[in-house]
Amino acid sequence: MNDQTLTIYQQMLNKGYDRRDFLRFCGWMGALIGVEASGVGRIVHALETKPRTPVVWFHFQECTCCSESFIRSSHPIVGDIVLDKISLDYTETLQAAAGKQAEEALHETMKKYKGEYLMLVEGSVPTEENGVYCCIAGRSALDIVKEAAADAKAIVAWGSCASNGCIQAANPNPTGATPIHKIISGKPIINVPGCPPIGEVMAGTIVHLLAFDRIPQLDGLGRPKAFYSRRVHDTCYRRPNYDAGLFVESFDDENAKRGYCLYKVGCRGPVTYNSCGVIRWNNGVSYPIQSGHGCIGCSEANFWDNGPFYQHLASFPGFGIETTADKIGVAVGAATLAGMAAHSITTNIRKRREIKESIANSKTDKEGGA
Amino acid sequence: MHTATIRRYYVWQMPVRVYHWVNALCILSLCITGYLIGSPLAIQSGSEASFGYWFGTVRFIHFVSAFVFFFNFVGRIYWGFVGNKYAQWKNFIWHRKEQVKEIVDVLKVDILQAKIGPLKSIGHNTLASFTYFLSFLAFLFQCMTGFGMYAAMSHAWLPQMFAWVVPLMGGDFAVRQWHHLTMWFFILFSIVHVYLVFYHDYVEGRGVLSSMVGGWKFIEEEKK
Ligand code: HEM
Ligand code: HEM
Ligand code: SF4
Repeated sequence: MNDQTLTIYQQMLNKGYDRRDFLRFCGWMGALIGVEASGVGRIVHALETKPRTPVVWFHFQECTCCSESFIRSSHPIVGDIVLDKISLDYTETLQAAAGKQAEEALHETMKKYKGEYLMLVEGSVPTEENGVYCCIAGRSALDIVKEAAADAKAIVAWGSCASNGCIQAANPNPTGATPIHKIISGKPIINVPGCPPIGEVMAGTIVHLLAFDRIPQLDGLGRPKAFYSRRVHDTCYRRPNYDAGLFVESFDDENAKRGYCLYKVGCRGPVTYNSCGVIRWNNGVSYPIQSGHGCIGCSEANFWDNGPFYQHLASFPGFGIETTADKIGVAVGAATLAGMAAHSITTNIRKRREIKESIANSKTDKEGGA
Repeated sequence: MHTATIRRYYVWQMPVRVYHWVNALCILSLCITGYLIGSPLAIQSGSEASFGYWFGTVRFIHFVSAFVFFFNFVGRIYWGFVGNKYAQWKNFIWHRKEQVKEIVDVLKVDILQAKIGPLKSIGHNTLASFTYFLSFLAFLFQCMTGFGMYAAMSHAWLPQMFAWVVPLMGGDFAVRQWHHLTMWFFILFSIVHVYLVFYHDYVEGRGVLSSMVGGWKFIEEEKK
């Protein structure tokens, strides 16, 4: 069990890290969450002096890719300390306790730290049929979320599931999968979308909350600005090819080998807010575009319905998968032009008659008048 | 002989005419560059990215035209309050009984090609006005979605004013799709609009076509 009175720093020392490791970790975190150099001192101070914040981590309709991503964060201390030691009073996938004991731990935390604990949610919440599609310990996810949120200090919605519904909310959304911010109101909610989010982004968000005791700056969709204020496209290393109009036409062409921009094979980088181009994945090794595949926009709402992934324009609803707005526009335009051609022919027939009549009239005018 | 007095009415003041042609040019430019942004040409050159910038230039032209388009539009709205009676904003939606009748008449002229007496309106006919009103709404929509997308690339106050559009519409992808789709409204509107202007000029003989250049319309008045 965790000792509630120890600070993160003490926990680290107990684990065998030294002060140098600790400072390096703080500096790294500071750079990641975008605080200025003087802010790093505050992180150090906070982690040295504050007793750990109690955290409960729920898993609902999800695939655990968020947890997987988190424990693969490039800094070992993240997995070791943040996840293992300080955080979790309750988390279905990692805790040793099971069944009754697990539930007891949860309720004890919720009672003892009323209004103080952080609530992390991975996965969406089904709302159809009273939420029977996801139940834990005999209760629906919907009930659990509402109960736990009532006394939480803040909520972090991990991944696209919890922040925008992700794949299980794709049309027709049979279980009524719903993101957290549509269920809970009146609590600060931080959305950290992505399928999964980048491990460093998750760690950065958590450390920000632990160190500053404050919600990071959020954008209009409740995402931390430090990680989601720029599009993948804005930091993409293939961007010069985009500006030069050098595009991959198909995945096996010469242009693909040259590493041109993937815009025309459906890259969603221009409409996706994330830090993949900067932080990258798996210890900064690569990210989808670097590996030759366009971005699929996994951190954007409805990305699953915005397909097909390999073309720039979505298919037009109701017109088959290959039909884009352009095809429909061309068809309607052609029909309009044809209609106008027909219209102008009948107009001319009519006008001919009118001109004839008017000539005839002027003739009779002349004959009668002169 | 059938004689009639033709009276010359000064209908479109200079600002309306300038607005019209600036607007038409902007829309032409925005549709061409917008289409290219949506479906860039396939250039199979082996060159390095540092030697080219044509796609960047296309986007630049789109954005410049967009700003001109926007302020031109704002100017026309202003003129709807201070311009002459033909330019007034009240013209754009019908609000009187005889205007409803005129809509029906225009539909008869346009679709059934019926021959009826001269229309009451000297400015836009009521149906035309209404389609312009719809196109103004489309202008607004296109500016909102366009600047909404632009807000991701600029911190200037004007695009930032529209930043709220993106979350409202459910993300950049959706905004882009709608923006793209609306382009087709403009293309179809322009085709039909230009055709109908020619058509009305042709069958009415009141100089509608030239009115957007010189400002005059020629209305026949029966001799008393
Ligand atoms: C009649 C007016 C306009 C038309 C027909 C038009 C058309 C288009 C089209 C077809 C696209 C390509 C969408 C795609 O990716 O498939 C586009 C992109 C765009 N338009 Fe417009 N547009 C118009 C006005 C505006 C205005 C007023 C703005 C305001 C700034 C604007 C800003 C943009 C932006 C930011 C993009 C995305 C460009 C990029 O990220 O590369 N547009 N437009
Ligand atoms: C060669 C192309 C064009 C010609 C000859 C033309 C001609 C005209 C004429 C003669 C009028 C006055 C019609 C009336 O009395 O009801 C008019 C009005 C108008 N046209 Fe065009 N037009 C052209 C292109 C366009 C384009 C591309 C657009 C934009 C999509 C456009 C938008 C409008 C609008 C909004 C009005 C109403 C003007 C106002 O009251 O402010 N026109 N046009
Ligand atoms: S590959 Fe995608 S993200 Fe990168 S420049 Fe091209 S369109 Fe933008």
